Amino acid sequence: MRDERKYWLDDRRNVTKVVWGLVALCALLFVADAFYDKHPHFIAETYFGFFGLFGFVVCVGLVLAAKAMRIVIKRGEDYYDD
Amino acid sequence: MTTNPALILIFGALPIPLLQGRLRTAYLLALPLVGLGYAFALEPGLHWQVDFMGYGLELLRVDRLSRVFSYIFFFAAFLGNLYALNDNDPVQQVAAQVYAGSAIGAVFAGDLITLFVFWELTAVSSVFLIWARGTERAYRAGMRFLIIQVGSGVLLLAGLILNVRDTGSIAFDLLGVTSPGTALIFIAFGIKCAFPFLHNWLQDTYPEATVSGTVILSVFTTKLAVYALARGYAGTEMLIWIGATMTAFPIFYAVIENDLRRVLSYSLNNQLGFMVVGIGIGTEMSVNGTVAHAFTHILYKALLFMSMGAVLFRTGTIKGSELGGLYKSMPLTATFCIVGAASISAFPLFSGFISKALIITAAANEGYWLIWAVLLFASAGVFHHSGIKIPFFAFFAHDSGKRVQEAPWNMLLAMGIAAALCIGIGVWPGPLYAILPFPVDFQPYTSAHVINQLQLLFFSALAFTWLMRTGLYPPEMRSTNLDSDVVYRKLLPWLVRRFLAVFGPVDRAARRLATESVERLIAVVFRRTGPKSVLARTVAVGGMVLWVIVLLGVYLLLNFT
Repeated sequence: MRDERKYWLDDRRNVTKVVWGLVALCALLFVADAFYDKHPHFIAETYFGFFGLFGFVVCVGLVLAAKAMRIVIKRGEDYYDD
Repeated sequence: MTTNPALILIFGALPIPLLQGRLRTAYLLALPLVGLGYAFALEPGLHWQVDFMGYGLELLRVDRLSRVFSYIFFFAAFLGNLYALNDNDPVQQVAAQVYAGSAIGAVFAGDLITLFVFWELTAVSSVFLIWARGTERAYRAGMRFLIIQVGSGVLLLAGLILNVRDTGSIAFDLLGVTSPGTALIFIAFGIKCAFPFLHNWLQDTYPEATVSGTVILSVFTTKLAVYALARGYAGTEMLIWIGATMTAFPIFYAVIENDLRRVLSYSLNNQLGFMVVGIGIGTEMSVNGTVAHAFTHILYKALLFMSMGAVLFRTGTIKGSELGGLYKSMPLTATFCIVGAASISAFPLFSGFISKALIITAAANEGYWLIWAVLLFASAGVFHHSGIKIPFFAFFAHDSGKRVQEAPWNMLLAMGIAAALCIGIGVWPGPLYAILPFPVDFQPYTSAHVINQLQLLFFSALAFTWLMRTGLYPPEMRSTNLDSDVVYRKLLPWLVRRFLAVFGPVDRAARRLATESVERLIAVVFRRTGPKSVLARTVAVGGMVLWVIVLLGVYLLLNFT
């Protein structure tokens, strides 16, 4: 079954629009930190934009660490099929 | 005496192969709902005592903890049956009812012997959901699964015997790791709960089950273990650290795993970690959090496995490296998958948000800052691989060119119901909070909480996007990643082979030496005593007389000296 319909996301420019939308949303959420009462348990929570920065940094760290793990633990797909 | 509602499923499974067509469909959908209705009607208390070899078995203990687990187990059995309708395989249908029933029986068990019986029954019945795949690979995975699950039961039995010797009681209440017996029971629960280093049976075998089998497996075994830990080991501090480890390390594997159902198995392990932390903290709030999280988790995890099962069912593969662009041909499945993804990621207004918040807040309230940070990391990480990676690589990413039919109606209906509940519980958490073991005094929707969670999630999404656009994100590739199962699948067999290679010749030489010595001994004895030996030789009478005279002469001589 061949489907030649074009979808909105098939256009790279629209994907870029989505990415910029995400960037704008993140900027908005970052600024929002100035406009609510914090009830922190820990000092870190009082830093401006802590949760956003924490999320970004740990995710990049997670992916790069996992990528590095491949060097040691990656094997062929049929590794266990003797 | 009131009957344990688990028996409705276990004995109700028997007539399934005899029923045909619509009658069987109706029966499969009605059976768990009848059980659910029955469980709703049960009053708290001990309802069914049986005397067994001098021990009083409690076959039906109803309290707030066992009740909430029985509700979600019955409901998940209903969803599983609905999802599996198009498969129409009586072996799996019978196995699934017995499996769900024995998990419910275990939840209602008031003593350790009853728990043990149902514990083993879940192992024996659930393995058929793996074997039903019908491949050599699935057969071997099923054997590994069975050995480990039954092994967990054997440890439970050993612990229970030691515990009876120590305390004289078979009651299943708060145990705590206080003696060798309770420690063995702890390990037995830990195996089923996929503690670090005891975890790998989960990621190894769940993805090898059938399309619907994985959905059903994902519900019962591990959450039964969570229930058992919550009952027996709440407040055991070790669990906080074990749980935090469980939330963190599987997500690294999930990032680089190619089999999307295996990715979900890793995230299942990560979600169990949150529940285990909640049990370890052991406050009313954290145990409530664990139970609420088990409840919401069963729904969204089943939903995610259902959506990936539908992809596997239609395309024949579940490898991220071969999928992509399926939103065009399976838009409804994609939508339901995204609802499940948003729920597991704990987006506000989705179910994971209102349950995970209880556990993380409980950890912060008790001042566990490191645990709190790890849970935050794990929350970002689970969004990264379950929230983004699963829907992205299956339904978006680069178009694989696969054009398939949308999932069958029964799968869509099961996913739709689960998705509706994920949103319903997220928007309106009151009813779930009301059935938790302890009274809930918690408001998940505060502006700080909502904004912080959105910051965490959207910046994680930003990190994913940035890594994808820059090409830093590791591509999906066909591979196997080594995990702890390498110990028993490669290392142990290798050690045995090495051992035989080194000690085989020694052994053979020792045997040869022994055989040769014996042979030589026999030869010597034969020479001395055999038919041709000196002693056996025939001698003439004259010679004999001569020797007797000589002997007597010597005797005479000795007598006179």
